[in-house]
Amino acid sequence: MKQFTSMNGLVAPLDRANVDTDMIIPKQFLKSIKRTGFGKNLFDELRYMDEGQPDQDCDNRPLNPDFVLNQARYQGASVLLARQNFGCGSSREHAPWALDDFGFRSVIAPSFADIFFNNCFKNGLLPIVLTESEVDQLFSEVEASEGYALAIDLEQQTVTTPGGDVFTFEVDAFRKHCLLNGLDDIGVTLEDADAIRSYEEERRKAAPWLFA
Amino acid sequence: MAGKTLYDKLWDAHEVKRRADGSSLIYIDRQLLHEVTSPQAFEGLRLAGRAPWRIDANLATPDHNVPTTDRKEGVAGIEDPVSRIQVQTLDENCEEFGITEFKMLDQRQGIVHVIGPEQGATLPGMTVVCGDSHTSTHGAFGALAHGIGTSEVEHVLATQTLVQKKMKNMLVKVNGSVGPGITGKDIVLAVIGRIGTAGGNGCAIEFAGQAIEELSMEGRMTVCNMAIEAGARVGVIGVDQTTIDYVKGRPYAPKGDLWDKAVAAWQDLKSDPDAHFDKVVEINAADIAPQVTWGTSPEMVLPVHETVPNPERIDDAVKKEGVERALQYMGLKADMPISEIKLDRVFIGSCTNSRIEDLRQAAQVVKGRKVAASLKQALVVPGSGLVKAQAEQEGLDKVFTDAGLEWREPGCSMCLAMNADKLGQGEHCASTSNRNFEGRQGFGGRTHLVSPAMAAAAAVAGHFVDVREFVKS
Ligand code: SF4
Repeated sequence: MKQFTSMNGLVAPLDRANVDTDMIIPKQFLKSIKRTGFGKNLFDELRYMDEGQPDQDCDNRPLNPDFVLNQARYQGASVLLARQNFGCGSSREHAPWALDDFGFRSVIAPSFADIFFNNCFKNGLLPIVLTESEVDQLFSEVEASEGYALAIDLEQQTVTTPGGDVFTFEVDAFRKHCLLNGLDDIGVTLEDADAIRSYEEERRKAAPWLFA
Repeated sequence: MAGKTLYDKLWDAHEVKRRADGSSLIYIDRQLLHEVTSPQAFEGLRLAGRAPWRIDANLATPDHNVPTTDRKEGVAGIEDPVSRIQVQTLDENCEEFGITEFKMLDQRQGIVHVIGPEQGATLPGMTVVCGDSHTSTHGAFGALAHGIGTSEVEHVLATQTLVQKKMKNMLVKVNGSVGPGITGKDIVLAVIGRIGTAGGNGCAIEFAGQAIEELSMEGRMTVCNMAIEAGARVGVIGVDQTTIDYVKGRPYAPKGDLWDKAVAAWQDLKSDPDAHFDKVVEINAADIAPQVTWGTSPEMVLPVHETVPNPERIDDAVKKEGVERALQYMGLKADMPISEIKLDRVFIGSCTNSRIEDLRQAAQVVKGRKVAASLKQALVVPGSGLVKAQAEQEGLDKVFTDAGLEWREPGCSMCLAMNADKLGQGEHCASTSNRNFEGRQGFGGRTHLVSPAMAAAAAVAGHFVDVREFVKS
């Protein structure tokens, strides 16, 4: 898995609550059997004026000039600033794959949908929960100043603004450890293979119909 | 000490190990697989040279991409090459790893969340996962069931476990009985309307109360199916005689001695009377009217006799903007009666409402009537090959086709429009599915979520009507 330690990145603001996974990556792109190549279709229906198709060349599609990621000042953004309940809807891991493939390394929001939040960590993408008022502040700052970048430090669990404000965030210890070291979850779990086997043995005795 | 909730009990019974950081390793009894969220997981296994931990815990079927029209040619007959490759890839992966798959031409094929319970592959007391958020459906059996991402699908394949943090306990109690014509779908939409799409975030929701107890298993599955639409990964309902009667005799259900042992163990699969819940919401069943969503989120829902909201009367700025945006996308005017929304298509199907009882309810409404001439299409898509066969045996297919609805082959179909069934831009659809997000049923399509009976009545009228009045007229 991709490592995440610290970064300093341009911020793009997506000022909209309840951004769902269909919005992040519409279903026609889920037909791929690969993990990569979803970036060009990130937010496809918001980003382009026409209906996107898988395997299509997106370079000549009509862009929606109002959509934030199409604006010149946000090109190269690697931090997405979002509103509450970001990533609600389906379990598709294509959503973090698309964000990652586009170039985002972190998403900051006041709250996330559970499955999406979980999926981010598996892909080296750091979801950060800040308070409503901190997020409000970031929105007004990013909109006010071009080239606005945030410094994110996972070890310290901090987000630092260009003005020097430091916000701290919570992160689960195990997830932090995996992200900092780029560890593969499955490898870590298999260190407990004996515990899994002995659970299975006990369980087979207690509830044999589950193993029939 | 306070008693345990059903969720606590299921959690405790599956905790393999608590880790130093507070997370737990949870054992998974059943994994359901489909073509969309599994290819990258199998690929990951192959790349790491890992084998599945317990092959017989997995069951696969293609559902999202399969065409619902004639499928005699099987996979080769899928026109869209990208869809075809995905279904082929599932077939190949299941063959390579020895996993049981109900392939496209197998009568047992269907939507994962329909076939699991139908086969008895979902049992009370199990942990059930699938790379699909509507896995919450299986919680109707007193099982701990939730959707997972593709990395977790791979994790379960390789280790038979998941790394989890325990969720909070939330109780949604629906007191009293619902009135005639009110279904599980109306109950769950009313709940989402009340608590919002983030109302259950971080929680396992237990649905309880008289109205839930009085539901059939089909109705309970509809309710748990949409727990995710209230933000909860998990929905559960305690086991009772209705649960046990449904499971009995199904192909994967225990038999003989084992059955008796299992039934004895399942008696405990309910919350203790003194169990503690972190959040409790109570709803009066008698107040629930047939529900219709008017906007682009399942919480944007109202009783059919109401009018669409007016943003002018909303103070909260974020809410107001959300309503304005939704009205614009949906092409609706503020204060317009819901009954005046004209429909272009009707879709009866999806893992929320494509089981036999759903089809019976819809058929009862359209029987002897005709679909409105203004409608472009009305689709009925059964949830599995077995549901289809059962419906045909009962003559429901004839009732539908006589009324002018199309009778299709099983799959997800227009629920998310990954196959050829979709809405055109700007079209309004009365749909028995679970999500009304922008573009969900087709680019620019406008979805209104309703029960099967309400969808059927809307098909005949060409606009929304209160099915309770409609059946009388
Ligand atoms: S029917 Fe719809 S919600 Fe259910 S599994 Fe299929 S696509 Fe998902």
